[in-house]
Amino acid sequence: MRAAFFRCIRSFFYDQGFLEVDTPLRQPVYLPESNIVPIASEGQYLQTSPELCMKRLLAQGCDKIFQLSHCFRKGELGRLHLEEFQLLEWYRTGCDYTQLMTDCQALLRFLHATLNSYLASTYASDDKALFAGIDLTARWQKLTVADAFAQYSPIPLKTALDTGSFDEILSEFVEPRLGTDVPVFLYDYPHQLASLARKSTSQPSIAERFELYIKGVELANGFSELTDELEQRRRFEEEITAIHLHCGRNVVMPERFLRDLGKLQEAAGIALGVDRLFMLARNCTNITSAVSFAPEDF
Amino acid sequence: MLSASDLRKGLKVQIDGSPYIVTDFEFSKPGKGQALYRCKMRNMISGNQLVKTYRSNDKFEKAELDERKMQFLYNQGEEFHFMDTDNYEQLSLTKDQMGDNINYLLENMDVEVLFFDGKPIDITIPTFVNLTVTKADPWAKGDTSGNDTKPITVQTGYELQVPPFVEEGDKIQIDTRTGQYVTRVKE
Repeated sequence: MRAAFFRCIRSFFYDQGFLEVDTPLRQPVYLPESNIVPIASEGQYLQTSPELCMKRLLAQGCDKIFQLSHCFRKGELGRLHLEEFQLLEWYRTGCDYTQLMTDCQALLRFLHATLNSYLASTYASDDKALFAGIDLTARWQKLTVADAFAQYSPIPLKTALDTGSFDEILSEFVEPRLGTDVPVFLYDYPHQLASLARKSTSQPSIAERFELYIKGVELANGFSELTDELEQRRRFEEEITAIHLHCGRNVVMPERFLRDLGKLQEAAGIALGVDRLFMLARNCTNITSAVSFAPEDF
Repeated sequence: MLSASDLRKGLKVQIDGSPYIVTDFEFSKPGKGQALYRCKMRNMISGNQLVKTYRSNDKFEKAELDERKMQFLYNQGEEFHFMDTDNYEQLSLTKDQMGDNINYLLENMDVEVLFFDGKPIDITIPTFVNLTVTKADPWAKGDTSGNDTKPITVQTGYELQVPPFVEEGDKIQIDTRTGQYVTRVKE
């Protein structure tokens, strides 16, 4: 079934005219993000996401690309985290993040329908439904971060940001309530929480970024790409300083990435955790049930 | 010093001068956000539960705990007396500190006494203990009520459910982690 799942994902993107790309897992540079720690490998780094290379490909002229690749993030281990996991990333030019929400809906509905008919032809009918309890065909919910905090958080969004407790509140009070019957897009993040996303032109305090949630599980993170080279350099400088201050790591500015970014026109990109998606499709609650070999299997 | 990334179930840390054991642990990391380590912990002296969320930069002091093999001597009301068989040193723990262990404790039993800061705070008893049944109703043959267990009392006064064939005077093995019957033991 896992093989059928991956075949479905690929055929969805092929049908939509996307180009499948394949970029190096191990690279001498990485994008500075203070909450993501890469795993070093012989003086280089295992990728934490294929974002850097894929955006450079966009800048060099590709217009619709996708990739399924293994990514590595140090110290991330839990019910929904593995240090090695698989991301599905896709990028489009000439559109913003709302197009990516449309893509998510189409992809998940396609997967659901195709896998269901595959299951019906392969297994006995007692096999449980995919995405049990979640109606993918109904209208998906959209909720801004500000509205989500107003509804679920014990303290206002501004207070949470000022006191640095945004993440705690989000994971304790907001996330568990998201996507309990239909998938939910949580969108329009405070701009300081999206270092690679474009700010909204109508509302500069927010970034055009969204996350997709099903059953409280964060499944995908997409945004309208920031294509202003100078603005991106300034944000990276802040991140590099913060990483050095808090973790003592020295991060090199990804110069060639910035140079290519300057050539990029309007674009949007998204990363979706495929292990988590497979876990949800199979109605499991632990990510280790979605991979062939979990760390404890060695 | 330990950091938040060392946290896991069973880890013993020191908070405000008390030893805590992590009883439940969950890693979370909301999208692009900070790593959060949500822990449930139990104060190893008072038994109080504590739920707290830590971040990667938080640091902990490891709880310095020693274990010594000692022999249970006797209890006097609420006090349970133990002796180190190497140097004959004696000490006592309270009934509260003993918890469920009193259900399985026999005189001369070897146990591990746990010390924090030189003071005894807990004991670890063998996983399996053999105890004699002191009270059991006879098994009514042909009982079709559908009950496949019956209540009995063992020599420590502890009551538990066992299969109907267990009789007064039998020796049975009990799993001290669950408090449940394991098997009947032949003398």
